[in-house]
Amino acid sequence: MGSHFNRRLAQVVPTILLVSILVFGLQQLMPGDPALVLAGETPDPQVIAQIRTELWLDRPLPIQYLHWIGNVLQGNLGFSWRIREPVAQLILTKLPVTAQLAVMAFVIAVMIGVPAGVLSAVKRNTVFDYAASAIGLAGLSTPNFWLGIMLILLVSVQLGWLPPSGYVPLTEDWRQSLATTIMPAFVLGNAIAAVLMRHTRSAMLTAMGQDYVRTARAKGLRERIVVIHHALRNALVPVVTLGALELGTLLSGAVLTEQVFSIPGFGKMIVDAVFNRDYPVVQGVVLVTATVYILLNLLADALYVLINPRMRAT
Amino acid sequence: MSATALPAPAAIRVAASPVSSPLALAVGRFRSRPVAVAGLAVVLIFVLVAALAPVITPYSPIATSWSAIRKAPSVAHWMGTDENGRDVLARVMFGAQASLLAGVISVMIAAGIGVPLGLISGFFRGTADALIGRIADAMLSCPFLILAIALAAFLGPSLENAMIAIGVTAAPVFMRVARGATLDAATNEYVEAARALGNPKWRVAIRHILPNIVPPVMVQATLAIAQAIIAEASLSFLGLGQQPPDPSWGSMLNAAQRFLTQAPWLAIFPGAAIFLAVLAFNLVGDGLRDALDPRAR
Amino acid sequence: MRRLLLAAAAAVSFTAPAFAQDAPTQTLRIALRQDPDLLDPTLARTYVGRIVFMGLCDKLFDINEKLEILPQLAAGYEWTDSKTLVLKLRPNVQFQDGAPMDAAAVKYSLERHLTMQGSSRRGEISAIEHVDVVDPTTVRVALKTPYSPLLAALTDRAGMIVSPKAAEAAGKDFALHPVCAGPFKFTERVAQDRIVLDRFPGYWNAGAIHFARVIYQPIVDSSVRLANLEAGSVDMVEYILPTDANAVKSNPKLRLVLSNNLGYDSININVGHGARATMPFGRDARVRKAFELSIDRTALIQVLYNGLYEPTAQAVSQDSPFYAENVQPPARDVAKAKALLAEAGVKTPLAVTLIVENSPIAKQLGEVLQSMSAEAGFDTKIQQMEFASSLDVAERGDFEAYNVGWSGRPDPDGNLWNFLHTGAPLNYPGYSNPDVDKWLDEARQVTDIGQRRDLYAKVAAQTETDLPIMYLDVPKNIVGMSAKVSGFVPVPDGMIRLTGLTMAP
Repeated sequence: MGSHFNRRLAQVVPTILLVSILVFGLQQLMPGDPALVLAGETPDPQVIAQIRTELWLDRPLPIQYLHWIGNVLQGNLGFSWRIREPVAQLILTKLPVTAQLAVMAFVIAVMIGVPAGVLSAVKRNTVFDYAASAIGLAGLSTPNFWLGIMLILLVSVQLGWLPPSGYVPLTEDWRQSLATTIMPAFVLGNAIAAVLMRHTRSAMLTAMGQDYVRTARAKGLRERIVVIHHALRNALVPVVTLGALELGTLLSGAVLTEQVFSIPGFGKMIVDAVFNRDYPVVQGVVLVTATVYILLNLLADALYVLINPRMRAT
Repeated sequence: MSATALPAPAAIRVAASPVSSPLALAVGRFRSRPVAVAGLAVVLIFVLVAALAPVITPYSPIATSWSAIRKAPSVAHWMGTDENGRDVLARVMFGAQASLLAGVISVMIAAGIGVPLGLISGFFRGTADALIGRIADAMLSCPFLILAIALAAFLGPSLENAMIAIGVTAAPVFMRVARGATLDAATNEYVEAARALGNPKWRVAIRHILPNIVPPVMVQATLAIAQAIIAEASLSFLGLGQQPPDPSWGSMLNAAQRFLTQAPWLAIFPGAAIFLAVLAFNLVGDGLRDALDPRAR
Repeated sequence: MRRLLLAAAAAVSFTAPAFAQDAPTQTLRIALRQDPDLLDPTLARTYVGRIVFMGLCDKLFDINEKLEILPQLAAGYEWTDSKTLVLKLRPNVQFQDGAPMDAAAVKYSLERHLTMQGSSRRGEISAIEHVDVVDPTTVRVALKTPYSPLLAALTDRAGMIVSPKAAEAAGKDFALHPVCAGPFKFTERVAQDRIVLDRFPGYWNAGAIHFARVIYQPIVDSSVRLANLEAGSVDMVEYILPTDANAVKSNPKLRLVLSNNLGYDSININVGHGARATMPFGRDARVRKAFELSIDRTALIQVLYNGLYEPTAQAVSQDSPFYAENVQPPARDVAKAKALLAEAGVKTPLAVTLIVENSPIAKQLGEVLQSMSAEAGFDTKIQQMEFASSLDVAERGDFEAYNVGWSGRPDPDGNLWNFLHTGAPLNYPGYSNPDVDKWLDEARQVTDIGQRRDLYAKVAAQTETDLPIMYLDVPKNIVGMSAKVSGFVPVPDGMIRLTGLTMAP
């Protein structure tokens, strides 16, 4: 067990390197010349040439990569070509925002999705089951921008309860911070809740058909105890898998929601960076999201063993 | 959709009853669930509408009318007209083609790549697991947008390329789901028993593990359809996806974004179509899941 | 050639209301459609960035709503000959770091614009040969060749004067903490969230400034910008979508201010830029004219922009004294368009690929053009592309038709030379007409308005015949604001000038 996780930890760095090479290569495959984008409205050939030299864009690709990775190893992620701010600083200002939003959305998703899935499975093929599925899937198929704008119009413009958009850091004013993030967190969380709900339901149904649950029932244990202690525990594997993946996606995939609510997070930053060919920002953010993804999947594997101790066997 | 997914039961027979074939059993189990049958009916209606759209609707989905832009639903236009004066109902019907294809085909690509890899990864562990797992991690953390822009430039704009892009990028999720379920299933007594009896590994994997990973994969597939339909629309802005002026539900939603308050019907009807289709696929998925569950007899 | 020194314009500057005696305490929140780029006038490129500079950096000159050039940091100017401009500076002006804004600072800033690595200003003032300090309030600018658009260039970022001390110390990082001579000093920036400026008490015209703080917030989604204005969480919105204009107009708590923009929306057609120029569309002006005749600009504007924009067939704004009255967009004439296509001998439907930006509105523009041109015999294909990719194909000439807009400059040269002169950097169509080149060059050298107007009228007429660029419409600046805000002066450049702006509590 220990050695397995040591092995996994040892894979983290090579994986991140792989990701960085992959992203570096894909960037070159994208059409579009960063120097041209940076030269602006009145591009002067001489200025374009200067920009190429300054940003090492005129060097061979492997040299560019080694230059970048060399700096990264010394703790220097470079600076944004578009706004000149150091990438490390950009990441540090946006990571707390993104993390807060992701955690809030995830908590909402788990709080709605898992209980609804369990109840759906227990009350299988009843009105409750179908209604829960319908509501959940409605949430999943509603585009985030639509739900977001509707919430803003209703809650902020009509009722005046919450600020329509923007972000206040937790450290500055936690009440305001929650007020600015609760709507986007709900928009993000409700779609994930549907995913978790459907997986929980299915896994619960499988678990409740297993022998040990039947045995527990036969022993005359109360239904609630059977459900919670035996079935749910064993139903969690797909939920943990999806939870880890969705939490990872929240870090960089919440673009539209961040845009609608003007939340300065990772998703918006990476999309803007790609569109502006601001490569140091793209690479810097990918380093962070890759690390998080790998750690989340590692965590998921660890949780598997907690859920089903026999999994540690191999 | 259902026709292509049905052959699976033959492969996952565990202990077939001597009288009926497992396929017949599964069909029977499916048919005994009215909600699943209703879901299948809705899917079939959508497929029919998509196929017969030119015959059913009196309007062309691309015929513009500058004097009738963003008109509310009326007797002449049941779902109103869009920002270019086109009939929304006709566009929803024609859009079904692109959106259903984008949803179903890309999910099949994703599952086709992801499930076998997840099974290998979870069952054989070791080096294969490490390699597949890390590649999946890398793919998950690489921004989708970069891949999409590069693909749009190299493969050229088309709906097929959008399906490939969506399918490939959704594959790691299927891989992780299949792998998790495999790890779990591999600890079952009967799997261990089958191994102990000296069955070849691949045989154990296909006979005893695969049936156990069908339920979560089926759930994931029906959910991913919704995500793929919406992703197609974002890709169309990068040159991938359905080409204008031809409609898809997702691109209709995107166009509606500017008019959410002034012309809500522009978002509501394609949105409702996506919801209905996704709901129907999920009900069918539930039915299939139950019908194929080896223990649910 | 001689011009009189402008009056010190005290009348414009010191019209502050009485309550401005106490230090202002209000905050003004302005929503922008995008996040600005570098806050360094030498390197900045974006339109929204220019709006932030209105608070941060004063310029040598400014323009008013009639596009007249007004003094700002320069108190006056004089052309001593066609190649020598003498600038008289406003005395006793301070930078936000307390350093004096003097002739040396002007020389430093202009040279920085000219020579700094990656400067985006170089092309705008490259006619400058050298800059000399005559005395602390007098600067002499010597040109390589006569260049009449120079003053207009100095009303924008090329005329912004930075503190030499701060710029020297920061080098390329100046954008992270810019120091200029504008009414507000830089306080904080959180990328994609806000830019905060605080009142600079030492500003030369501080009496006309009535806010303690200005916060610029990028809000990308147009509906959300509007919602923020409606909810009162921003006070001004720099751009309201034309289709949202009525919502602002009908709301008693809000106000809408419209003005003609200096720019245009257009289709660039590859007429001489690589292999794609040999398609019938690029080869034969009759085919392009047929396409133009198939377009109903009024209907297009009605459908896309709620009828608010203006149809046009030239690059120069109606508000400009250089507007060519005789060049008007042709009315739609499908029969004539078909006849032209037949005359050109092309087989219809003629396939044409139009590249549009990846926004819903650009896509809709493509669909409207597609539908209109189909009636005349065109099979227009729409290719959506994100900006950097489209820039790339435009630069390489790998396009047939490319929908692109221009934010516009007060001097017509800024809307024409770079786009139509042979080999100019933004001449994506690869257009080359010796007459047009000659007229454009000549118009740079003469200063007489009448003479320049005639030259630009010839350019407009010729390019409307050749159609390397098909001008479609002139956008409007659509500024939305709380009804409490007053004193806003709409200038065609679309900027929000903070001088004289007040807000009822």
